[in-house]
Amino acid sequence: MVALLALRMSHLFAVVMLAGVFSLLSALLLVLMDAVDVAFTEAAVGAGVSTVLMLSTMALTSRVQKPIKKSNLGAALAVSFAGLLLLYGTLDMPNFGSNNSPAQTHLSNLYLTNSPNEIGVPNVVTAILASYRGFDTLGETAVVFTAGVGVILLLSGLRRRKQKSDSKVG
Amino acid sequence: MIFEHNFIMGHLNYWLFIMLMMTGLFIVISRGNLIKKIVGLNIFQTSVFMFYISIGKVAGGTAPIFPMDMNINPSILYSNPLPHVLILTAIVVGIATTALGLALIVRIREAYGTIEDEEISLIEADEQKLETQSQLA
Repeated sequence: MVALLALRMSHLFAVVMLAGVFSLLSALLLVLMDAVDVAFTEAAVGAGVSTVLMLSTMALTSRVQKPIKKSNLGAALAVSFAGLLLLYGTLDMPNFGSNNSPAQTHLSNLYLTNSPNEIGVPNVVTAILASYRGFDTLGETAVVFTAGVGVILLLSGLRRRKQKSDSKVG
Repeated sequence: MIFEHNFIMGHLNYWLFIMLMMTGLFIVISRGNLIKKIVGLNIFQTSVFMFYISIGKVAGGTAPIFPMDMNINPSILYSNPLPHVLILTAIVVGIATTALGLALIVRIREAYGTIEDEEISLIEADEQKLETQSQLA
């Protein structure tokens, strides 16, 4: 699939574009699996924002990947070992779409039956996100805030330092 | 039991997502370019998201959104909304970490002049050699 192409390409611009295509395709898959909220977040954030971020990073750094010299045998072995372990783990999982798997029988029914009376928002995902799991969302905003501050701290003064080094040279 | 058609079709989605996950992990481990490592990390992340959502899917179900007038028809099956909520949070956190990683890459490029893994370790080894030489002298 697209991910394999992204593995092979060495031209970074193409890789970033393929990553965007991959996000968009995964958003389509998410729609098929009834997760519309997640799908449009993925389309906006994964295909939109992260592509823009990567393109701007590329503009600040380089556009071509150097060819790799060392062999990847160890990596391939480790990855396939982990993959086999995970595959073994899925053998105990319920079938796709099964109605009485553990994930479906406990909390979700509670949310689906109670949220119309308790919250009164048509979209159950919104009701859980903002109300039942409000603290989770608060933590998420804290993480995003920290990351934003980190990015600003890392990149602030970039232009200033560049000007300083230019004036040294000139 | 493993080779029954029903079992294979019911687990094919998990297996596909695990293959995607491993592709992302392989990119992270084997490729030296730092931007490409971030792309690999993103692929890994997205496949985990899809794995979660596929757990919450109910066959014949629909998106967990009630009609506007809240007249809920009990015969309609809804998919599990809980994984959707968790993954919404995870996507936003994921983009935050991606942004932080890319900012780090910009700084690394500023300090070392390259974004290749091996060249960075070469430069560091050189610097260490110089340091020990100056200490000896």
